[in-house]
Amino acid sequence: MTALDSFAPAMPEIFLTAMICLVLLVDLFLTDEQRGISLGLAIAGLLATAGLLLDQDARTAQFAFNGMYVADGMSNVLKLFICVAVAMVLIYSRAYVKERELYRGEFFVLAMFAALGMMVMASGAHMLSLYLGLELLSLSLYSMIAMQRDSAKATEAAMKYFVLGALASGMLLYGMSMIYGATGSLHLAEIARKIGEGQAHSTLLVFGLVFIVAGLGFKLGAVPFHMWVPDVYQGAPTSITLMIGSAPKLAAFAFVMRLLVEALGAKSLAVEWQSMLIILAVLSMAIGNITAIAQTNLKRMLAYSTISHMGFLLLGVLSDSNEGFGASMFYVVVYTLTALGGFGMILLLSRKGFEAENLEDFKGLNRRDPWYAFLMLLIMFSMAGVPPTVGFYAKLSVLQAVVDAGMIKLAVVAVLLSLIGAFYYLRLIKIMYFEEPVDGAAIVAGADARFLISANGLAILVLGIVPGALMALCQHAVLIPR
Amino acid sequence: MNMPLLSVVVWVPILVGLLVLAVTSDRNPAMARGLSLMGAIAGLVVAIPLWTGFDNAAHGMQFVERSRWIESFNIHYHLGIDGISLLLILLNSFTTVLVVIAGWQVIQNKVSQYLAAFLILSGLMNGVFCALDGVLFYVFFEATLIPMFIVVGVWGGPNRVYAAMKFFLYTLMGSLLTLVALIYLYNASNGSFDILTWHQLKIGLTAQILIFIAFFVAFAVKIPMWPVHTWLPDAHVEAPTGGSVVLAAVMLKLGGYAFLRIALPIAPDASHELSGFIITLSLIAVVYIGLVAMVQTDMKKLIAYSSISHMGFVTLGIFIFNAQGVEGAVLQMISHGFISGALFLCVGVLYERMHSRQIADYGGVVNTMPVFAAFFMLFALANSGLPGTSGFVGEFLVVMGSMKVNFWYAALASTTLIFGAAYTLWMYKRVVFGAVANPQVADLQDINGREILILALLAVTVLGMGIFPQPFSAVLHTSVNDLLAHVAQSKL
Repeated sequence: MTALDSFAPAMPEIFLTAMICLVLLVDLFLTDEQRGISLGLAIAGLLATAGLLLDQDARTAQFAFNGMYVADGMSNVLKLFICVAVAMVLIYSRAYVKERELYRGEFFVLAMFAALGMMVMASGAHMLSLYLGLELLSLSLYSMIAMQRDSAKATEAAMKYFVLGALASGMLLYGMSMIYGATGSLHLAEIARKIGEGQAHSTLLVFGLVFIVAGLGFKLGAVPFHMWVPDVYQGAPTSITLMIGSAPKLAAFAFVMRLLVEALGAKSLAVEWQSMLIILAVLSMAIGNITAIAQTNLKRMLAYSTISHMGFLLLGVLSDSNEGFGASMFYVVVYTLTALGGFGMILLLSRKGFEAENLEDFKGLNRRDPWYAFLMLLIMFSMAGVPPTVGFYAKLSVLQAVVDAGMIKLAVVAVLLSLIGAFYYLRLIKIMYFEEPVDGAAIVAGADARFLISANGLAILVLGIVPGALMALCQHAVLIPR
Repeated sequence: MNMPLLSVVVWVPILVGLLVLAVTSDRNPAMARGLSLMGAIAGLVVAIPLWTGFDNAAHGMQFVERSRWIESFNIHYHLGIDGISLLLILLNSFTTVLVVIAGWQVIQNKVSQYLAAFLILSGLMNGVFCALDGVLFYVFFEATLIPMFIVVGVWGGPNRVYAAMKFFLYTLMGSLLTLVALIYLYNASNGSFDILTWHQLKIGLTAQILIFIAFFVAFAVKIPMWPVHTWLPDAHVEAPTGGSVVLAAVMLKLGGYAFLRIALPIAPDASHELSGFIITLSLIAVVYIGLVAMVQTDMKKLIAYSSISHMGFVTLGIFIFNAQGVEGAVLQMISHGFISGALFLCVGVLYERMHSRQIADYGGVVNTMPVFAAFFMLFALANSGLPGTSGFVGEFLVVMGSMKVNFWYAALASTTLIFGAAYTLWMYKRVVFGAVANPQVADLQDINGREILILALLAVTVLGMGIFPQPFSAVLHTSVNDLLAHVAQSKL
């Protein structure tokens, strides 16, 4: 085996890194009018990476870099969606960032770096590579938020995110160091083996686990570690909110799976994290859904809605079964698709000097443009989990896993809390359909964003009619590594 | 049978509805109307082969279609009908045609969206009546909320937003627990969402009762039963005429149908166990809501309460578990579909001219609208259960069935014949008879050809079903008897 062969599983990431360097370089020689070239290159790079991932054989797990890096079914599928999602973010953002003087090479490069970080997170088979990926993602996001230097809100959001993010990273590292102390290894598989053989110090392990779960809770934005989410979502420029609110959730899911299931998945520990996750999940769904009702800012409302969705996502993980993991993965993919549409719509309705981020800005959208109103209706119903949109099947599969694990009461609680959630999604539909418009301005959007939002909205409906393939894909993907 | 008839019945209205949305806009409402009418008629025409091809004597489901849908959960696209579903599908398809014609002039705002919503709704409701897979059923059942929510909220009256939100949240609340029950059944049956498989599934009593309650909440809200009926008067009053018609004529029947298709056969022991409770609620609805209807000053509200009272009859008939009762309940559902639809159309006719639903604003309408008064009379009498109209058949059967079970059930149930007559005819008297009350009434124009057509179609059906109910009940016999035989067997 040559050295190059052992890099093969990481080929898509290596290619993306090369593309980042290319964009960085090319952008230096471009004038502001030609900036589209670097955007095009960035999007092409992301999509080409997705193409490479499609090409990759992920039927068996393949390791690279001395087992620190793995390409398996789960990472492959998630990375594919990550690349597509970040490319979609760039397309949605084009007009928005142009009007806000953010249309610079750094923006594209940072987005690509964030994508790279997420891919590393999805593929980490070693605590260090996982942590490396996480930091690459986080640092890119911090600076993206702060790019709008003259906005006090954005700067504040970036500071908040940075301080709390650093704290969470610290917790994670502390937890990881304890796991290392207990097992003597940072390789996930090795950790799992040591724990399985009963060689690890159990008190130390549980202690480490608590810190890891707290760190994960921060990164996911689960209650009680959710404080940063609403402020950051609201304060960041909307295109960055779109970035934060979409693809990183996919990576965070992979992160949870790698750490909790692959490394610390032994039965004795699973019982521990299961009970912690139940608390996180129920609190997230309750506080997320209830607080969202009181919001008048749409971005903030969607932030609380994200919190509740992350709670729902944890339900699948904590059922601790392959069905549950598959269901959670399906849930997170569906959530990302829906969130892209939701924030994408805010971007689309915003224009120079005007942010369509308050609920009132959606008043009478059906009168202004029935097609956008219809798409937003699909997006909202999907978030609420009302059939025939795909969000329903995501909730169905997670609930199925929960009931299968014998936690019927938890399923009932989840269902009742999602009823509360339905209220505020419904309120936005009410505002769009039943009220008169206050903002008479025509909606101008580029053909690319227009096409994308239509495809995005229709995908939510079409996947709601034929969800089988995506469900099977997710179910299949999580099966492979075990 | 090679043609997938049921799929056609479900999808033709939905696809035409989407087509209306796609190709017509507010600038050419005429095209939207024409296309929708064709779609609605096509929906009725494709339902007719179901009626002609239906084998009254056959047991089990007919016109069955089954193909894989979502493999990882073993969910199938599984359709099939028995006599009960057949009648409801015909009722639904028939009502859709009327609703499209009824909205011809009065709806001038966002015409294509209005008509498309009704067509899509019609297809979805047909889907509920055909679905034999738990998830498919649930998807159709829930999806019907969306078009109705939009219809009430966009084209409704002054308080429409409140009514639409209440309608949606109430019914969603009911059905979410159903979802948990469906998932429980999926696990209990080793991974099947097939409703017919669930019918055979053995379940312990505690589990049955919990499952039954989960279903009960959803279906009781939908039907609606006292005391979870409060969304209905609001929704009815605020909805545009077409919305009220569909809501009363078809949508309420989703609940009754679901009891017969899902709750009873899956949890028969729990149904027996809890029947006393449900019969009590039903009788309260019949008597108390009947009295509530009496004091209403708003015509639509009065008819809405009358609907709840009549639906009390349906649940009573279902939960006395004998052939007369269940058959009477189904016939009552069908007949109520025609009669309440007709009454809401009559109120719509008046409202379009006077923009008031208050009984006090009317009086002496017969002097200016004699043709209309005649039709209104017929429907008012049918609503009070006059023999010879369809309203009589179901009520009579249910009273007869309940007499077999308990004299007092029958005695209380038959008070509806008094109360029903009292509130309907008293309203009729105050609106139609007497001297011309005010100049607006004096200026009223009698109904035009389009309105005569709709009301005449309904009048013929109401009388036909009343005088010659045999074709309707013949379709039901086998299905109802099979159902009762199944429910009589304990699953413990």
